[in-house]
Order: sequence, then structure tokens, then C-alpha cells
Amino acid sequence: MADSPAWPASQRQYEHLLGLADDELVIGWRDSEWTGIAPVLEEDVAFSSIAQNEIGHARAVYELLSDDPDALAFDREPDEYLCAPLVQLHLLDWAHTIARRWLYEVADEIRITALMEELPLAAKINREEAYHRMHAELWHGRLAGTPQFRAAVDDLWPYAVTVLPLEQRPVLAARVGRDLPSNSLLLGKERGTQGAAFVALHEEMTSVRRSAPAGAQW
Amino acid sequence: MAAVDIPRSEQAFLEFVQAGGQVESGDWLPDEYRARLVKFVEMHGNSELMGVLPEREWILRAPTLQRKLALTAKVQDEVGHSQLIYRVVEDLGKPREQCLADLVSGKSKFHNVFHYPTKTWGDVGVIAWLVDAAAIISQKALLKCSYAPYARIMKKICWEESFHILHGRDVILAMVTGTAEQFELVQEALDRWWGPLMQFHGNPIPRDEDSMYVWRIKSQGNEEARQQFLDGYVPQIRELGLTVPDPKLCKRDDGVWEYSEPDWDELRHVVTGHGPRTADRLEFRRRFLEQERWVRDVLLAA
Amino acid sequence: MVYEVFRQDRKGQPFEHAGSVVAPDAEFAEAWAREQYGRRGESAALWLVPRDAVHEVSDWADEFDLKYRRVDGYSIKARLKEARSRVGSTERHG
Repeated sequence: MADSPAWPASQRQYEHLLGLADDELVIGWRDSEWTGIAPVLEEDVAFSSIAQNEIGHARAVYELLSDDPDALAFDREPDEYLCAPLVQLHLLDWAHTIARRWLYEVADEIRITALMEELPLAAKINREEAYHRMHAELWHGRLAGTPQFRAAVDDLWPYAVTVLPLEQRPVLAARVGRDLPSNSLLLGKERGTQGAAFVALHEEMTSVRRSAPAGAQW
Repeated sequence: MAAVDIPRSEQAFLEFVQAGGQVESGDWLPDEYRARLVKFVEMHGNSELMGVLPEREWILRAPTLQRKLALTAKVQDEVGHSQLIYRVVEDLGKPREQCLADLVSGKSKFHNVFHYPTKTWGDVGVIAWLVDAAAIISQKALLKCSYAPYARIMKKICWEESFHILHGRDVILAMVTGTAEQFELVQEALDRWWGPLMQFHGNPIPRDEDSMYVWRIKSQGNEEARQQFLDGYVPQIRELGLTVPDPKLCKRDDGVWEYSEPDWDELRHVVTGHGPRTADRLEFRRRFLEQERWVRDVLLAA
Repeated sequence: MVYEVFRQDRKGQPFEHAGSVVAPDAEFAEAWAREQYGRRGESAALWLVPRDAVHEVSDWADEFDLKYRRVDGYSIKARLKEARSRVGSTERHG
């Protein structure tokens, strides 16, 4: 269990959790880009809470994995991050943003509920994510019939699939109501590939932190 | 006497509000009062929304997880404030869409401080600590506004602002007790922001000539607000070893602060849409308003 | 549509009007009011009411003296003093 000294029990488990934390950090970072410019003021406020929750989840998992969560969050090189390509994409339009939120929440629910046996923190995260799912479903319901949203889901579906390990993907496909993309469509979209968008994101994310010596207080 | 009992004359209304009376959205309001009120409140709403833009860049660059969360929450509050404020304007007769259109076209105004660039993490601290402090002083002077719906939202706004200043001060404290370079970042930011801060409360017209005070929309004149800011914050700035970049700044024996005359031409120039970042911030906002118009149309259609 | 938001500070407290949100329907109103009036854990509960459903009453007939049915219609000091002095009582009971 998560509070025993032998936990995480394996490199695989460690990487799975680090990938989850990196996903939450990066999607939270991307979602926080909407602060002040969301389509409706009331939504702007609500969306910001989601972004904060995501960062909060990342922090909680980093704290499990390291004594210095900020160092783990910010001080790695871009190619040491394990976030899925889906969250790295720069998508500053609402249709793609909501499509990503919706797809990500469906995938994340599968991932997080599978972790609940071995990780009490997963249950906590899952309870908070319930509100994210309500929000994603609400928007999905409103936008599903629009060409903008349908095109966005088409674009992002292959990326969404790679959020999950292979064995969890068929459930995702069933829940989203789509076929799993062929392997050729998934080429270059698996975890472990950080594109130019992520490198730019990492640069900006760490610009202030890198301006002072390591260990400086902020 | 209730608002509903006042005779419908400007003079009677004036006496009523000057005696501490408050009115609601359904009450009769003199045309001039209504017009001035809408303009004042709208400018406040615009300012909260425009204030988000200089700060949101730094959310993305926050150097720790805690700072990222705190700054996101602070800016979220500001968006929330603009929602509260535009609702008041809308209930006075001007729709939100119109307010936003007038904002991005440059037709309506927003406060001087949000027309300036932010250059470093030092700005983040100075804005959250000192600009928010200046704003809170103005906001507290609205808590007894003669227009009750506005007074009521000010209560929620002031409650939420209380953590902003603490957050700002915490950011500053971490830097002034950090490396010499970090201390310099704060001093340099203070040097740049002092001018706009001194202009923030507006030029010192006597309060009995200030229609916002006469109508009791606000309960304090401009100079009173500025003196309150100096009283509260100059000692706090100096105790950290920072220097206020005004050699003439000093407190007289009678308690009044003397200072170099703020550049009122600069204030006028900036607030009429000619600040260093005015055009590109309005353009940024206009771009997203336009881009996501389809979303609002879909929401309305259903 | 404008939804009025009433919030309850703590369990047992009355619901008080807190503001309003503009939303296309009740579901959005709920999602948005939750955040605008509850993100700091400041509300135990919210009531959301479409503005049209709120009926204001703010006019009253006040033609005749109704003080007999209010506390401010009674000033008993003078009579109480006289009653006590007749009895020679120096004890006070309220």
C-alpha cells in the first residue's frame, strides 16, 4: 500500500504514477491558459477551479514520489517527463479544449479507478474528478452536435487513446463509442515522445525558476 | 424613510443618499445618477477583467506549485469579480455583451495600472501586494455605496481580496530574504510601479467636487484614499529594506504625506487608451471574444 | 437566463441572497454557481432560482396606527414607576 516503505513496488508502478502526475500537471497548465479568456465569465471561473484541481492532484502524487515535489515537477529535462502527448498539445480554441477535457476525463476515470485498490490517494482524486466529469459531460451534451466539436474529437481521439496503457484502451473505446485507431495512426503519439509544443511549454513553465540558483526560495 | 417614499426630484434623492439612504435596482434614480453610476461600475468591471491579462502570463511561469495555485486562484477571483460587477451593470440596463464590445473597441475605460507591462516575477509580487492594496482601499470606500446592489457585491469582493494581499506580501518576502538578485527584482519592479500606484487613486479633486462622493457612490475622496495607502504601505515597504523611488516622500508632523506631484498627464494619456500595453491587450481580448462567439451562440440557442 | 443565488453560510443558518449567474439552463447555472459561490468552501448549500420565479413584495398599506401590535407601541416606564411607589416596593422584577 502507498504508505509502506516498499512503495512504489516497482519501476513500472513508479513510472505509471509519474506519468499520471505529469499528465495532471500539464493538462492543468494548459487549462490555466484559459484564465481570463474563456467564452463566458461564469465558465472562466469554473474552468479555473478545474485547472487548479489538476495541479493539486499532480502535487499530491509528486509528494508521494519525492521529498521535493517542486523539483520533481519543474527541474527535469523535457525528455524526462512522462506525460501523454494529448495533454501537451497547444489547443487554444474552445472546441478542442473541451474535446480534450472530455476525452481525458473518460480515460482518467478508467485509470484512476484501477488504481484505487493500491492507492488511497486515488480515491480522493476520484471524488474530486466527479465534478470534472459532470462539467465535461455538460459541455459535451451542449457541443456534441456541432461541427467544431465533432472535428475536434476526430483530431484528438488517437491522442486520447495513448493516455492509457494497452490493456485499458478497449474500455475507453467502448465508453467513447469509437473504434480504437490503427497502429499506424498511433505512431508518434505514444508516451515518451515530447514534441516541440512541450519543449516550448517547459521553457515557459521553468523560465522564472531557472533564473535563480537551484534551491532558491520563491 | 424608504427609497420608495422619496419624491422624484434630484434634490430629494441627493438629500436621501447624503443622509445614508440606499436604493435598489427597481427604485427611481435621477438620470445623472444612473448614468454616472453605470460608467463608474462598468469601468470597475472592465478593470477587473483587464487586470487578468498582465497576471495570467505569470501563472504559466510560476516557480513552485504553491505559487502557481495561489496565483491561479487570485486571478480566478478577479474574473469572478468582473462577473459580479457586470451583473450589476446589466441590471442597471447595459447588457454584458455591450460592455465587452465597448471595452475591446476602446470606447470604455479601465484603470491605469492594467495598461502597463509586467517584466519579472518581481512585478507579480508588487502587483499582488501593492496594486491590490491600493484597489482594496478604493473598494472599501464602496461598501456603503448608495446603490445597494453594488454595495453588496463589494462585501464579497473585499472578503476575497484579503488573501491576495497576503499572497503578494508572501511572494515579496520570499524574494527580499532570498538572493541579492531576487531582492533587486523586487526593487526594480517597485521603481517601475510607483508612478502608476501614485496615480491610481486619481487626481486630488476635493471630495465635495467629486460627483462620485456627492452621490455617495463612494464614501471617500481621491486624496483621502491615497493618504490611506501611503500610511498603510510606506512603512511596510521600508521595513523590508526597499526604497520608495520618490525622494520628496515624507510624512509631515500633522500626519499628511507629502510626495512628488504624480504625472497627471500620463494618467490621462494612459486611461484614454494610450498605455504601453493597451492596444495589444485589447486586441488579445477581442480576438478570443470573436473566436468563441459561436460557443455563446450555441448556448443561447438551446 | 438570470438565476438568483441564495446561499447558506452554515447548516442551520437562513439562506441569503448572494447574487446571480447568467446561464442557459439549470445545469449550467448549478455548475457555475458552485464555483462562484462555493469554491472557497464558504457555503453549506445554495438555492438557485430563475429570476422570473422570484416575486418581490415591497409596498405596504400603512394608513392607520398599528403600534398596538408591536413592541414599540408600549412604553410602560411611567406607569410601572407609579405602581411600584404605591406598593412601596423597591424590588425590581424586569
